[in-house]
Amino acid sequence: MPHPLATSSSEEMGPALTPSPDLLLPRSIADKDLSLPNGTPVDTSSPASSSSLLNRLQLDDDLDVETRDLFVTVDDPKKHVCTMETYITYRVTTKTTRAEFDLPEYSVRRRYQDFDWLRNKLEESQPTHLIPPLPEKFVVKGVVDRFSEEFVETRRKALDKFLKRITDHPVLSFNEHFNIFLTAKDLNAYKKQGMALLSKMGESVKYVTGGYKLRSRPLEFAAIGDYLDTFSLKLGTIDRIAQRIIKEQLEYLVELREYGPVYSTWGGLEVELSEPLEGVSACIGNCCTALEELSEDMTEDFLPVLREYILYAESMKNVLKKRDQVQAEYEAKLEAVVLKREDRPKVPADVEKCQDRVECFNADLKADMERWQNNKRQDFRQLLMGMADKNIQYYEKCLTAWESIIPLLQDKPETK
Amino acid sequence: MARPGPGSAPARSAAAEPPSPMESTEPEPSGSRPEEEEEEEEEEEEEEEEDESILSPPEQPLAAMEDCLAKKMEITVSEAEKRTGRNAMNIQETYTAYLIETRAVESQSEGQCAPVESLWRRYSEFELLRNYLSVTYPHIVVPPLPEKRADFVWHKLSADNMDPDFVERRRIGLENFLLRVASHPVLCQDKIFYAFLMQEGGWKEMVNETGFQLKADSRLKALNATFRVKNPDKRFTELKHYSDELQSVISHLLRVRARVADRLYGVYKVHGNYGRVFSEWSAIEKEMGDGLQSAGHHMDVYAASIDDILEEEEHYADQLKEYLFYAEALRAVCRKHELMQYDLEMAAQDLTSKKQQCEELATGTVRTFSLKGMTSKLFGQETPEQREAKIKVLEEQIQEGEEQLKSKNLEGRDFVKSAWADIERFKEQKNHDLKEALISYAVMQISMCKKGIQVWTNAKECFSKM
Repeated sequence: MPHPLATSSSEEMGPALTPSPDLLLPRSIADKDLSLPNGTPVDTSSPASSSSLLNRLQLDDDLDVETRDLFVTVDDPKKHVCTMETYITYRVTTKTTRAEFDLPEYSVRRRYQDFDWLRNKLEESQPTHLIPPLPEKFVVKGVVDRFSEEFVETRRKALDKFLKRITDHPVLSFNEHFNIFLTAKDLNAYKKQGMALLSKMGESVKYVTGGYKLRSRPLEFAAIGDYLDTFSLKLGTIDRIAQRIIKEQLEYLVELREYGPVYSTWGGLEVELSEPLEGVSACIGNCCTALEELSEDMTEDFLPVLREYILYAESMKNVLKKRDQVQAEYEAKLEAVVLKREDRPKVPADVEKCQDRVECFNADLKADMERWQNNKRQDFRQLLMGMADKNIQYYEKCLTAWESIIPLLQDKPETK
Repeated sequence: MARPGPGSAPARSAAAEPPSPMESTEPEPSGSRPEEEEEEEEEEEEEEEEDESILSPPEQPLAAMEDCLAKKMEITVSEAEKRTGRNAMNIQETYTAYLIETRAVESQSEGQCAPVESLWRRYSEFELLRNYLSVTYPHIVVPPLPEKRADFVWHKLSADNMDPDFVERRRIGLENFLLRVASHPVLCQDKIFYAFLMQEGGWKEMVNETGFQLKADSRLKALNATFRVKNPDKRFTELKHYSDELQSVISHLLRVRARVADRLYGVYKVHGNYGRVFSEWSAIEKEMGDGLQSAGHHMDVYAASIDDILEEEEHYADQLKEYLFYAEALRAVCRKHELMQYDLEMAAQDLTSKKQQCEELATGTVRTFSLKGMTSKLFGQETPEQREAKIKVLEEQIQEGEEQLKSKNLEGRDFVKSAWADIERFKEQKNHDLKEALISYAVMQISMCKKGIQVWTNAKECFSKM
């Protein structure tokens, strides 16, 4: 969900005042970025600024749909079997009215590697922004069939979410690499170009961002850091609990599947009790189906969102670290200046530039953090309500099953 | 808890006990006894005489049901108490004693409450009572006792005999047993049973003096009968087959149910962890904090709710267990029938062989090779006098055997008749009880689902405020 109110100011400065990451970009793209915030529809949503942020959050998506001008979906996974490797591609469909796109509609096929390339490019070109996470390359737990329907579907959802988050971002959605990713017929050509550039420039980038150590984080960012640490920790626990519950549910299901048919076997022995016992057996069968659906829903809908947020928090921590380094660089340079030329009050241009970078970084980060917090709140509200809903549905199904057999048990009048 | 099916006793059940086939071998009680017990004994003898006079008991009117003890008396096992004492070997032992309280139900016109009689019994005395009943009434499906040791338990449940929950469940089970006996048309009239309820001292001696143990059939003999009986009654064979199957299906059911309970417990309890982590998480959140915190509370409630649910379900397991043990009682009746059939067949066989011997002696022909035939060939024929005497003895034996066979036949027919009547009664009781049990199980499941819906609805409400 875009929040131009919170970010517009930093956006305007952002690309212009962060020169070093843009080194990797062709000049024209950097220029384009500069002119970005003006004519874009993101700004057209500013009439909403009269309403508070909270109100905006509570509004339905309708409003956003109206103001949105870029729609990206990931669907139709296909398996490709080549001599060298087997892989899955996904169809990435784009519909847009943005001027940056030559056509209103694009449809390309991309594989995981391509998404990975995009994410790396975004990280390189927008170091001050929080880049949404990709699903893990390999699933941590056990040997999962990478080509199974469930795995592919879960990944498709995660990739779709990844692109949607970028699309919703007021800065990232205008990134040239994103544009290329969505539109290019042959992405490999761009990839190679990027590789060449990276190998040349890679060293200097590292040099620029590393080597300085920040003595102390400003309180505000220290608080964010602490928050993220606790958040990841708690989310990790929730993830483990959710997995454990699913495991317990599946074990429960195994027993329940054995339990029902025993009533059926018993029913076979009886005359008068045959029908009630068969009824109980069928009822337990229905509960099994409901339970199966519940744990499937939890596996497919609940766990991936948790994972995404765990990875999201990691991305956030990385951005925080990068910010620290930029600040450390600035402080170190400033100190050096102060030591050398105590008499001269004028600060050299490169140190000033550094200071700008820090401020710019801080602004971007804060804006992204705020956006992330809002997204998180909405996502978790939805996620947890969904969990409650699924459980309610499960119990309702079981309730219906058990209630339906009561008449069967009472039907025949007692003999006396 | 299972109540004895009130209407399940068929009217045709014989009120009087038919003579046991082994009765003739019962030794007469001897030696001096306390007076009151003598009286008791006399009554027993009277009953036996009565029994002989009615070999095929006339069909009793409906009165049997109204007459049963359960209608005249309130019976409860109201308390259980842990006790320590010394057993026969003078070894310290700990046991549980149960307080049995009885109160006569006065006829409505008097409207006054009779005083409550109470006495203590321990499990072993219940066991003795049941043993006595099942030996004395072989044609009756005698209600089973609750388990001696907790079986088919899931891990949370203690298998300890002294565990308060187990003692409590057994108290209910023992009460149920007494009520079942008291409402049984035949068993309720038993003197020993009455004394068990009313007379604390000297009861054990009284039971032993009935000499019931001598009537008990050995397992070996029963096993022998199982394999050798030639013409088993098809109905009883089927019934035996049914009780085997019933036993196996119920024990399978109980085993799986215990595992289901285990897993369900796991599912609920793991949700309790959400309670803790939501509460910890809420500490770092601003807008989400309150919602998370209270949702966490609901998760705690959810996790705790399983304890009551499973405890209640344990009653259902007890109801099933009763029928698991009933299957054994049913089989005991079948076994008894087999034994009688075997006895009958043996007697018939004996008679046939004696008849053949007699014929051989009379005609002088030896159809089969025998030692006797050899000796007579080797040492010459017996004198006619000797032969006459032998024939006479044999003929007497044959006549005796024929009478015995006749009485065994009668006995058998009588047994089948009364046993089948009780089996029919049992079947009705079983159908009634199990239907009730299934209904209460379904009701339990319904209430569990409703609780689940409630808790998750509350949690959803909290989440929606985030």
